[in-house]
Amino acid sequence: MLKRIVSLAIIASFSAGAVFAAGAGAKNKTQDWHFEGMSGTYDKAAAQRGFQVYQEVCAACHSLKYVAFYNLGDKGAPFYDPEYPNPNDNPVIKAIAKMFTIIDGPDESGEMFERPGITADKLPNPYANEMAAKASNMGALPPDLSLMTRARADGSNYLYSLLTGYEDPPEGMKLSPGMSYNPYFSGGNQIAMGNPLSEGRVEYTDGTEASVDQMAKDVVEFLTWAADPKMEQRKRTGWVVLIYLFLLALLLYGSYRAVWRDVKH
Amino acid sequence: MSTPVESDEPTRRDFIHIASGTAVVAGAGFLAWPLIDQMNPSADTLSLATIEFDVSSLEEGAQVVAKWRGKPVFIRYRTAAEIEEARSLDVSVLKDKQTDSERLVPGPDGKLKPQYLVAVGICTHLGCVPLFDPKDTKGGEYGGWFCPCHGSHYDNSGRIRKGPAPTNLVVPPYWYMSDTVIQIGKEASV
Amino acid sequence: MSGQSNYNPKTGIEKWLDARLPIIRLGVDTMIFPSPRNLNYWWTFGAILAVMLVSQLITGIILAMHYVPHPDMAFDSVQHINRNINWGWMLQPMHAVGASMMFLAVYIHMFRGIYYGSAKNPREMIWIVGMVIYLLMMATGFMGYVLPWGQMSIWGAIVITNLFSAIPPEAAGTAVTQWLWGGFAVDGPTLNRFFSLHYLLPFLIVGMVILHIWALHIPSNNNPTGISIKTKADTLNFHPYYTVKDAFAIVVFLMIFSYFLFFKPDSMGHPDNFIPANPYSTPAHIVPEWYYLPFYAILRAVPDKLMGVVAMFASIGVLFALPWLDTSKVRSMRYRPLAKQFFFLFVLVCLGLGWAGAKLPSDLVFATGVDADGHEVGLTFVWMSRILTIYYFAFFLVILPILGLVEKPKPRPASIEASVLGTDKGDN
Repeated sequence: MLKRIVSLAIIASFSAGAVFAAGAGAKNKTQDWHFEGMSGTYDKAAAQRGFQVYQEVCAACHSLKYVAFYNLGDKGAPFYDPEYPNPNDNPVIKAIAKMFTIIDGPDESGEMFERPGITADKLPNPYANEMAAKASNMGALPPDLSLMTRARADGSNYLYSLLTGYEDPPEGMKLSPGMSYNPYFSGGNQIAMGNPLSEGRVEYTDGTEASVDQMAKDVVEFLTWAADPKMEQRKRTGWVVLIYLFLLALLLYGSYRAVWRDVKH
Repeated sequence: MSTPVESDEPTRRDFIHIASGTAVVAGAGFLAWPLIDQMNPSADTLSLATIEFDVSSLEEGAQVVAKWRGKPVFIRYRTAAEIEEARSLDVSVLKDKQTDSERLVPGPDGKLKPQYLVAVGICTHLGCVPLFDPKDTKGGEYGGWFCPCHGSHYDNSGRIRKGPAPTNLVVPPYWYMSDTVIQIGKEASV
Repeated sequence: MSGQSNYNPKTGIEKWLDARLPIIRLGVDTMIFPSPRNLNYWWTFGAILAVMLVSQLITGIILAMHYVPHPDMAFDSVQHINRNINWGWMLQPMHAVGASMMFLAVYIHMFRGIYYGSAKNPREMIWIVGMVIYLLMMATGFMGYVLPWGQMSIWGAIVITNLFSAIPPEAAGTAVTQWLWGGFAVDGPTLNRFFSLHYLLPFLIVGMVILHIWALHIPSNNNPTGISIKTKADTLNFHPYYTVKDAFAIVVFLMIFSYFLFFKPDSMGHPDNFIPANPYSTPAHIVPEWYYLPFYAILRAVPDKLMGVVAMFASIGVLFALPWLDTSKVRSMRYRPLAKQFFFLFVLVCLGLGWAGAKLPSDLVFATGVDADGHEVGLTFVWMSRILTIYYFAFFLVILPILGLVEKPKPRPASIEASVLGTDKGDN
């Protein structure tokens, strides 16, 4: 009977492709994030540390292609400084941009050349192209991280769980070559990315102890910002709009009552 | 339609309608701004509103064309002879009377840097890009630029000397961030 | 209700204009149009939909200023809108969330029409034009969802266009799909034509809405009692009575819209659509936008591909025939105790189909036991969809036609006025 139901289900599902259950993944470890809730904001210090983790750990393989340097200094961004409403003038942003090497060109002789980054540049891709990225990673493509926390269900908790979820495979389980065991991974429990974090992997400039848990939280804070950089602006505007609409609703209800006062309906 | 119901006490009744009507109009007004503002230059465009340029990379007598806000900007390292030529000119012969030093900005020390001339490379006549070639006539009769479209000649200070162009080449807003780096797109903040 | 006009041009200019283009007359007559005095809040969704349509048009035209309909750039351009364009972070979700809100409103509007018999004589054309609007909305919404060119966009497009491959190849099924795609798969040409049509169809909707309102102004609104307007005492002028009531309802609706827009912009979408389209890798679980889910469940409920497609289109097609399928002489189900119960069950069935559409067909609704291999067995969603699909069709094809003939309705008031004043319990 079960076989029949399953085969029927397969027939009934689309010709377009196999449909199978999404990720055998373990349940995410839920954290209390600073950005949650209707008035949640990003923890700027954590996001700044998270940028350091991205830069020193993740950026070796993962691009962040939708983020430009000036974005880092926008309102609501990790390096926003009210003294520099135009992030392109912010010396911190300029200094960060300068640390990266940008491939530009072609020049007059048709060659590409390297130059230090400027605020208008986007964060550079660690690989020349997708195939190069795959070739350097045994065929696995390190995904772009700009939207990672929105491209997975419950993304921030997912990413935190994944980063802190590496463990030894259960007894009797054989890992494919080059794979690591991670029960939180959405694509099964074998992941091509090796455990990226270890105690003291980065040295925080603000003196925070760089435990695996701390680094995971910080980089998630940063990547959540990267995926939704206008969140603070959006929520702030949302409050203004909701309060306005509420008052307008009261006024209109008064108007409605006044108009209908003498009318039975 | 004045009042919807019999106007036995018009002021109090009308007030609520006026208040809600005003609130609707005000809300619509605020909503209009995002709809208009979205057509203004976006953040990525604005990030290139100013560019920085290191003039120390220039060679004497040469010019580099920088791209700024979709326009070419001529940055020229003038020789001592060229500077002297530009300075000694009697301004009264010009169509658009400007001295050479009026077309320069001071460095961080407050002194002009006459060797560096910065001008938007667009002919003020009808918008062509003038040619540069100080060693040959291609650059015009006055050692500056020559616009091939309608034959405007500019001198090495970018001033119009002959031809249909009405004004001198435009000097863009720029300032010396340091001794050798200029930022185009912004005046020095005083 | 039509015919006589309440507009008397006074100034010379007004008279001159009125003789040539009586647009002021049209406006005045629309505003003081006599409407039943007992319309409840379920009648405000027409005005809400009008506001949402305008909102979608404005935000859509704005997005088209920044969007690039090219497979290599579509996804990036949506990110560009959200990250760089002034207010783009608000305008883009306003359009995406707005589409969901518009469907929410249209479903309430349609259920209201079914419940109060608004589709029935003499309002058949209002209903049919409304159904055309709904179909155009579905097509527009579908093509709009493709434009961001994420994983759900492309796979939604692949799955839906493949519906036409249910037509056997010898009956031009292959030719039709290739014509739709402009190639051998969903790709750049498909995206570009979807963009063009997504821009075009809303203007057809506007045209249809004008017809919808025109048709409405012939017999005037239906009302909660379903009784026709008899005297002037049954009506109130549209303005100010219903303008102010609609305005209040619109603002309340906008509050719900704003909550989702500003605080839960992703809740109506799917995370996979934040992954750029990849025609070589199918997401684990393809689901359409929530407003198509009931039809998606019906499609999957039928084990045969062609018949599934037929069933899905039939489930929408049957709605066109509603004015004739509901045979009861009484319009409003307020006075039809049995029909009322079947109606509420129908609403639940539609919600249940939506639930089933979001699940994998083989997932269990509930388990009844464990089979020999230790797997849980029980009612799967595909079987639930089948039961609900049968009810869905039975409601229109069996229950409504028969019920109208056998059901004994409750007594109805003599007139709208009487129902409002509570004076009279007639039985006409």
